[in-house]
Amino acid sequence: MDTTDPSKPQAGPSGDPDVTDRRADTELGIAGTTMRTRGVWPERLFHAFTGGAAWFVLLILLAVTYSMASGGWLAFKTFGFAFVTSDKWDVVNGQFGALVPIYGTLVTSAIALIIAVPISIGIALFLTEIAPAWTRQPIAMAIELLAAVPSIIYGMWGLFMFAPFMATHIEPWLNDHLGSVPIIGPLFTGPPIGIGMLTAGIVLGIMVIPFIASVARDVFNAVPASLRESAVALGATRWERLCHVTLPHTRSAIVGAIFLGLGRALGETMAVTFVLGNAHDLSVSLLMPSNSIAAAIANEFTEADTALYRSSLIALAFMLFVVTFIVLSIAKLMLARVERNMGRTH
Amino acid sequence: MNKLMMGALMGAFLLAGCGAKTTDNGAVSGANGSSSAITGAGSTFVYPVLSAWSADYLKANGVKVNYQSIGSGGGISQVKAGTVNFGASDKPLSPDELASAGLAQFPIIIGGVVPVVHIQGISKGQLKLTGSLLADIYLGKLLKWNDPAIVALNPGVKLPDAAITAVHRSDGSGTTFNFTHYLSQVSPAWKAGPSEGTSVNWTGGVGGKGNEGVAAYVDQIPNSIGYVEYAYVVQNNMAWAYLRNAAGNFVAPSAASFQAAAASADWTNAKEFDLVMTNAPGAQAFPITASTFILMPKNPSNKAASDAALKFFDWALENGKPQAAKLDYVPLPDALVKQIEDYTKANIK
Repeated sequence: MDTTDPSKPQAGPSGDPDVTDRRADTELGIAGTTMRTRGVWPERLFHAFTGGAAWFVLLILLAVTYSMASGGWLAFKTFGFAFVTSDKWDVVNGQFGALVPIYGTLVTSAIALIIAVPISIGIALFLTEIAPAWTRQPIAMAIELLAAVPSIIYGMWGLFMFAPFMATHIEPWLNDHLGSVPIIGPLFTGPPIGIGMLTAGIVLGIMVIPFIASVARDVFNAVPASLRESAVALGATRWERLCHVTLPHTRSAIVGAIFLGLGRALGETMAVTFVLGNAHDLSVSLLMPSNSIAAAIANEFTEADTALYRSSLIALAFMLFVVTFIVLSIAKLMLARVERNMGRTH
Repeated sequence: MNKLMMGALMGAFLLAGCGAKTTDNGAVSGANGSSSAITGAGSTFVYPVLSAWSADYLKANGVKVNYQSIGSGGGISQVKAGTVNFGASDKPLSPDELASAGLAQFPIIIGGVVPVVHIQGISKGQLKLTGSLLADIYLGKLLKWNDPAIVALNPGVKLPDAAITAVHRSDGSGTTFNFTHYLSQVSPAWKAGPSEGTSVNWTGGVGGKGNEGVAAYVDQIPNSIGYVEYAYVVQNNMAWAYLRNAAGNFVAPSAASFQAAAASADWTNAKEFDLVMTNAPGAQAFPITASTFILMPKNPSNKAASDAALKFFDWALENGKPQAAKLDYVPLPDALVKQIEDYTKANIK
């Protein structure tokens, strides 16, 4: 009995789960038939409930996928693969292509992550490793409060406060100093109107910081004290401890935190719609207005009066689904690769 | 971590789904409500005046009007489906479409779409524009404010050597429909290009959500131009521009010039009021004058509610004028009100 792994009921001699339950009961020192029968049913109910909850999510996911795919079917059938590659969005003539919204969604989310990831991890490391104990709670509270601010507030702040600041201070500077640099120059040319992909990306970045930071803080807190103490005992500096113990130990959980932020950035609607400029134009410059999938749907759904128009918007939603799936898969693959390489070198 | 991600994703989609559903559900529950209530849905443009009227009407007659401003497109599909007693659209339906859906239509209120600019040193009523210049700006052909074509029209006005940012509506809207309908009439290039519709294929520029979004963008972006409903121009004290009308006069947007457009429009010969008033012939008519139309079934399934709605509109056309003017809308001219009353009596059972 001592050698039986309780997590593998089938490994028991009889293969009967009840036997394992009984064993577990005796192991816990609970004896007697009444106790035993009382323990079985709640256990089964709990099993059914948690299992049901997990399957429920999958079911909803499938239902959402199906309804979007069938709603967007008309658009996919009409335009075929060109729906993904065309940058046309001509409502009057019934020509729809998803390239601009897909591009805008990816670019703004990428800018958001470039800004949010280092800052969030910095916040989390500071809070767990460096900050004096009495400051930790107030800063952590502030981060969680930021996460609760509705996105429309970020949008209005972005439009009324941040966009004018970008237009008068940041974007002219980018134009003058980076606009003529080869290769990256085209990213920073264009009229400094303060509304566009760069502004939207920065606002999004600020929005996702609390999500990544608070998860990252919990993750860093969960690093076993023994590991940290061992590093200190070996004479590691604080920096070495961060680089060689904390970060490698929490790598996959941190990637999870970043996914959470990325999910919010890809699907964010209101804040983006305020500062992105909602223009179906494809341009390299980050200072130019663009469109995102979620913003296009929110803007146009109410007046989508033809079947094809409506279907194209639903197809856009399906594309967001696909884009997110691809981005997540790539990130997963990269993570798996890193883990494998690390395994080899150590 | 995957589950977290899925959760975030699902949240986004569920939200998007909910957004779509509310229009249907909202209207359905409205129609199933008590029979003494009148339900309507549609144009966001008329929402402020309709809700002011319905508050007054409730006080005066004890009948409640539930109006949901879900957009003209939504209003049309709801009234066609029979889930509401009336729909409101910024764009008239053609007699054929009305006939096939068994609907009657009549105008209820007038407003104007006004070009507004944000140019350093230029305040309201200083800039003059023509329809074709406006079209060229929005087509991206006219790139700078000091273009000779604009300068020639505005002697003595100091126009900057700055790129024009054209602001349009990002959401589908009756405002855009009236604006592009006008541009299509005065500019062959516009008609052949983006043409007319509640949203069109814009060339460049930025898109603001709603009148307030366009107003905010124009306010924020130097050297920009936009088009908004007249009420927003008044309330935000925006720098409007004169427009040259069909008679060749430069006209300021005002209640008087909108009414002049409505009076000069050829309503008597417009079958089922299928008329968009842009580019009206009157000497003092403002060229982008618009009206919102009420759509009602000719043979309503709920006759009591339909009669109540008609009574409400009669009351609004007769008694709602001061309230409308207070909100910067323009009431219909008396001759047109008379014509509407005859029409509804003859057509809606």
